[in-house]
Amino acid sequence: MSETILSVMLITGAFFILISAIGIVKMPDIFMRMSSSTKASTLGIALIVIAAGIFFNDIGVFSRVVLISLFLLITAPVAAHMLGKAAYLEGDKLWENTQFDRYKEYIEKEEKEIK
Amino acid sequence: MNKVFLNLALTVAWVFLTGEFTLTNFVEGFIVAVIVLIVSDYVVGQNLYIKKLPIFVMFVFFFIKELVVANLKVAYDILTPRNLMKPGIIKVPLDAKSDLELTILSNLITLTPGTLSLEISKDKEFLFVHCMYVTDEKEMISGIKNGFEKRLLEVLR
Repeated sequence: MSETILSVMLITGAFFILISAIGIVKMPDIFMRMSSSTKASTLGIALIVIAAGIFFNDIGVFSRVVLISLFLLITAPVAAHMLGKAAYLEGDKLWENTQFDRYKEYIEKEEKEIK
Repeated sequence: MNKVFLNLALTVAWVFLTGEFTLTNFVEGFIVAVIVLIVSDYVVGQNLYIKKLPIFVMFVFFFIKELVVANLKVAYDILTPRNLMKPGIIKVPLDAKSDLELTILSNLITLTPGTLSLEISKDKEFLFVHCMYVTDEKEMISGIKNGFEKRLLEVLR
């Protein structure tokens, strides 16, 4: 019984990581690439690691599992946030179908105030 | 929040005292620690932990639900050849004020697929979020405000 659950968790985890890999190739601009890659892989890795923790049923392994997923959850969004911001300020183009951009308005206003 | 740490400390103490390093024993210890905390709150006369714990647990489940739903949405879009994305950068007015609240909120928004927080304005009034699926701007903003922000502030305040 528990083996079935574990296999399902492992396969879904691997599936999410695969999807994020395809997403990196398929998405049209850097912001959407970041959206698809960092998050799907966080969920995927968390699933795989938790499955490993349940499999060993040992507090030593499980505490490490909890810490790994915790650190992933803390660090992955910070990295994505900094990459996204840097890409934006460097002038990376948004996809041509992007509907509106409120951030640009804010930056322009800020620049005016500095002048 | 302090109570949560106390809860974990009590759990660790339980695990060490019983000397049985397994997951089931850890869960047992956690449940005992919750009961101890509730009883001690009752004796001292402050009712906080009983109210906060369900809110915290609800928040965790809400977040996992959001995470899975958004992941499936993005997964569907990646696997089908057509592009359904309607991206845009929205501007969300913030109720969260302290640095801790802002950090956790923007991290949670970035963690859900399809949304990526880019920047907080200097006066901490607005958060700029890149969204992949904006059908209606106002709806999206109120979704973030009433979903993540409201629940997060309930937990932290």
